[in-house]
Amino acid sequence: MADHVMIERFSLTERTLHWVHATAFFILLGTGLVLYVPSLSESVGRRPLLKDVHVYTAVAWAILIALTFVLGDREGLRSTARELNRFDEDDRLWLRRHERPQGRFNAGQKLNAAVTAAFAVLFAVSGVLLWLGERDSTFRFASAILLHDALTFVSIVLVTGHLYLALIYPATRHSLRGITTGSVRYEWARRHHPKWLAARAEAAAAREAGDGV
Amino acid sequence: MTPDTESSDEPRAYGRRTFLAVTGVGLSSLLWGQPVWRSLAGLRQPILNALPPSLVPNGWRIYTVASSMPRFDPLTWRLRIDGLVGRQLSLSYADLKRLPRAEQVTTFHCVTGWSVNNVHWAGVRFRDLLAAAAPLADASVLTFTSAERPYVDTLTLDQVHVPNVMLAYEMDGKPLKREHGAPVRVVIPEMYGYKNVKWVEQITLGRHAQPGYWEQRGYSSDAWVGSNG
Repeated sequence: MADHVMIERFSLTERTLHWVHATAFFILLGTGLVLYVPSLSESVGRRPLLKDVHVYTAVAWAILIALTFVLGDREGLRSTARELNRFDEDDRLWLRRHERPQGRFNAGQKLNAAVTAAFAVLFAVSGVLLWLGERDSTFRFASAILLHDALTFVSIVLVTGHLYLALIYPATRHSLRGITTGSVRYEWARRHHPKWLAARAEAAAAREAGDGV
Repeated sequence: MTPDTESSDEPRAYGRRTFLAVTGVGLSSLLWGQPVWRSLAGLRQPILNALPPSLVPNGWRIYTVASSMPRFDPLTWRLRIDGLVGRQLSLSYADLKRLPRAEQVTTFHCVTGWSVNNVHWAGVRFRDLLAAAAPLADASVLTFTSAERPYVDTLTLDQVHVPNVMLAYEMDGKPLKREHGAPVRVVIPEMYGYKNVKWVEQITLGRHAQPGYWEQRGYSSDAWVGSNG
């Protein structure tokens, strides 16, 4: 098939979820680092304002993520979650560095999705505990701030790898187009996600057979 | 599904398992995080020492309320002591350093949950600081005004005379750094950090305690470590 043929990889709901999360993440990371790194705290100052931006961004993140679930394509998201959850034999071998055909998400992307979702929960829980703990000692866990910091450090490593693969690494950077416009080149998908194309073809054939009845 | 029943080519729910494992480890760390972190102090300290202190808080977190931190100029800086005193004072940094020097090694506790152990402070005890000002008999409260407006907080005369309370000008062998309140800050280890006013430039003796900066925002004026703060 010609190289200019495009196919849809990410739905509008999936892209909205990604960009809401990504935008909030970078605002939270930027403000968080200024609040945390001594030299930045000193040079930038404005701590009360940055703290407000940090807290309200987190609130906006939670609301927008919930709205995306409520107003978006819930059935599509459920199906995506099933895809991300299931690791078949090819995925397991791929993780052990064998060249194996991959679906719409490769096994690394599936793991990244699971870790990102868990981190979102943990950031939210530890963040809420820090906020409440300043107001009421019942919610004061000395380890909440450690957890929030540890998540930040690991996230910086993960997001650096994510940005490298999305922006620089030649074999994968085309996926940025997918998460931005929704579609990717058919040829690129055939090379990197052949099982996805096979599953699409199977689903289309099943639909056609269904229509024929 | 148990691992025994899974055939080798059947898909496995690794995504959900990864999510649950990471979430479970993270949530349980609320209980074991700090003890483990403390037990690793010997391992992490050499790493932290190798990193530039401007990048790593090294246990401290710098909390401020104004848009920028006050700057200390030794030539113009004065500490005013006024209110219910027999004699108002305006002390220069050199005047302050000439007062009897006290030292202590104490733990600093923040109300948000972090602590820094074994901080080596040097400074002046309040008995020595206030002696020349001759507090009047009805003075019972000290109001500390920070150069970082509008930060203010209070301690009673009884509280500043409990052991290990001082107006500190040195931390860990060096003059107090800008972010720690240069040139002088209150140190009262038995109370949460928000009572340990930084960048102190005025001490006013009076009869009544006004709510401090954080107390105006809901924190307890009973800031003893272990209390609700």
